[in-house]
Amino acid sequence: MTSQPGHAAVLDAPAVARPRRRNPPAKPALSEGTRAERRLGWLLCSTAVVVMLAVTAYPIGYAVYLSLQRYDLRFASQQRFVGLANYATVLTDGLWWTALGITLFITVLSVAVELALGMGLALIMRWALVGRGAVRTAILIPYGIVTVVAAYSWQYAWTPNTGYLAGLLPSGSAPLTQQWPAILLIILAEVWKTTPFVALLLLAGLSLVPDELLRAATVDGASRWQRFTQIMLPLMKPAILVALLFRTLDAFRIFDNIFILTTGANNTRSVSVLGYDNLFTALNLGVGSAISVLIFIVVAIIAFLFIRGFGAAAPGQEVSSR
Amino acid sequence: MSTPSRKNIRANTLWAAGNTVVILLAVVPVLWIASLSFKDPSTITDGSFFPRKWTLDNYRGIFATSLFTRALVNSIGIAVIATVLAVLVASMAAYAIARLRFPGKGVLVGVTLLIAMFPAISLVSPLFNLWRQVGLFDTWPGLIIPYLTFSLPLAIYTLSAFFREIPQDLEKAARVDGATPFQAFTRVIAPLAAPGMVTTAILVFIFCWNDFLLAISLTSTNASRTAPAAIAFFSGASQFETPVGSIAAAGLVITIPIIIFVFVFQRRIVAGLTSGAVKG
Repeated sequence: MTSQPGHAAVLDAPAVARPRRRNPPAKPALSEGTRAERRLGWLLCSTAVVVMLAVTAYPIGYAVYLSLQRYDLRFASQQRFVGLANYATVLTDGLWWTALGITLFITVLSVAVELALGMGLALIMRWALVGRGAVRTAILIPYGIVTVVAAYSWQYAWTPNTGYLAGLLPSGSAPLTQQWPAILLIILAEVWKTTPFVALLLLAGLSLVPDELLRAATVDGASRWQRFTQIMLPLMKPAILVALLFRTLDAFRIFDNIFILTTGANNTRSVSVLGYDNLFTALNLGVGSAISVLIFIVVAIIAFLFIRGFGAAAPGQEVSSR
Repeated sequence: MSTPSRKNIRANTLWAAGNTVVILLAVVPVLWIASLSFKDPSTITDGSFFPRKWTLDNYRGIFATSLFTRALVNSIGIAVIATVLAVLVASMAAYAIARLRFPGKGVLVGVTLLIAMFPAISLVSPLFNLWRQVGLFDTWPGLIIPYLTFSLPLAIYTLSAFFREIPQDLEKAARVDGATPFQAFTRVIAPLAAPGMVTTAILVFIFCWNDFLLAISLTSTNASRTAPAAIAFFSGASQFETPVGSIAAAGLVITIPIIIFVFVFQRRIVAGLTSGAVKG
């Protein structure tokens, strides 16, 4: 706030992080204008804040309450407070840890593959001599398609007899009915659907790499690989981190692909599918809510680690400094 | 450039080949769904990529009953209403974030980021119970409200990026001429931000159109079940038969408009998707 001499805004709270340089709007009466600006700011944001908090903060609080209850929808009248019993049930059960392990495996592998393929696609879209535009258009198909529809396409492709891909496998194999093949196919479906998003983010990052710099490096004898690792990657770091953060949290929430491809059978459940099953198949609102809360905690930990680790690249800070 | 050398021709061929592979990979799953939707039921298990016996029966079938048509109406209505509301609410917040000085802005941006990361499954059990108590379960607003919440972060990020690109001088001039901040917003900024709003609307619409988890959890009948949820509940003639053809046909029906949409607005979509990534 000290960076605005001449407008010693007495009313301005100094706590607000405002790294951006800018002049306050011209106004006839300074303090009056500042006050009006703050009022308008709050007014304009109020609806968004109310909607966002009402549908997240309140329900998650309510989920915590439900998770402390014995609440089976089939015996709703027997609802009573049971403390942490539901958490004990979930955490001592192998299903939760299996689902968590599988979810983390899917997350790590699919995000890693997406970043590698996305980088390749971004390089193609920036430098291909032929067909750049066509690639840019084509990769919007996976982005635009409804995940459920894409999942059905993959499911039928791998279904014995029906599918064109199943026909390529040794006869008698039904990959979607075996745990690890199914998990790999789930990852394939996830990668196909979301690599374009990663590629477009990386392409935007790549567009910040000046051609002259690369040319100069070539003249200085830098190899292709050196140009990539020592010029492009550092300049693309913010874009890579944003893609990594959003895709990691998104992949951790994976639901649609698993629900359609295997319905979670043969130990292919992600934590989201497990939560859904406890609520709608087992009809156990107490345990389902405990799983909801646990997933929320895991997501919060992942987000915290990311923002801790890559602080400067957190999208939240970008918004305020952009 | 006028006389391509042999080396250039070879490079071009390589690029063309590589890019063809990429394009095929992007298109094949959609062609497969299309192919299944045109296959005659008797040939559905022939494993052929292209239909050997064509039929439109699958399409006639899904449009013959209200199961799918009603879901289509629900999908369109819910997505359009949620999109309009999201763009309105987000425009106000994004303008304030991009332009105004007020305490609490950092907190707001932080909250927005947290909502963007919020796992939808964590909301499913509490909302399922809450909505049943307040009568929102299996209604349009029951889906519109959470869609609005989850699309606000995306909409706020995209829009504030667009607002920042509008020269500040325009507002200043308006303010010097005696406009209030509100007038500066409605008369000067909003019209200039229209392209950004269209982009945001497209991204939000695709998000709502695509949702599955909330759609199957917070609905139970045709009253509000959206198309992706309805497709997952299609049943075959017997319990041993999956209605592959109907699912494929319905899947194609809800996919084609989005793909056309995405092609028409491709520049905007790319700009919108990437607006948050690089301007740090």
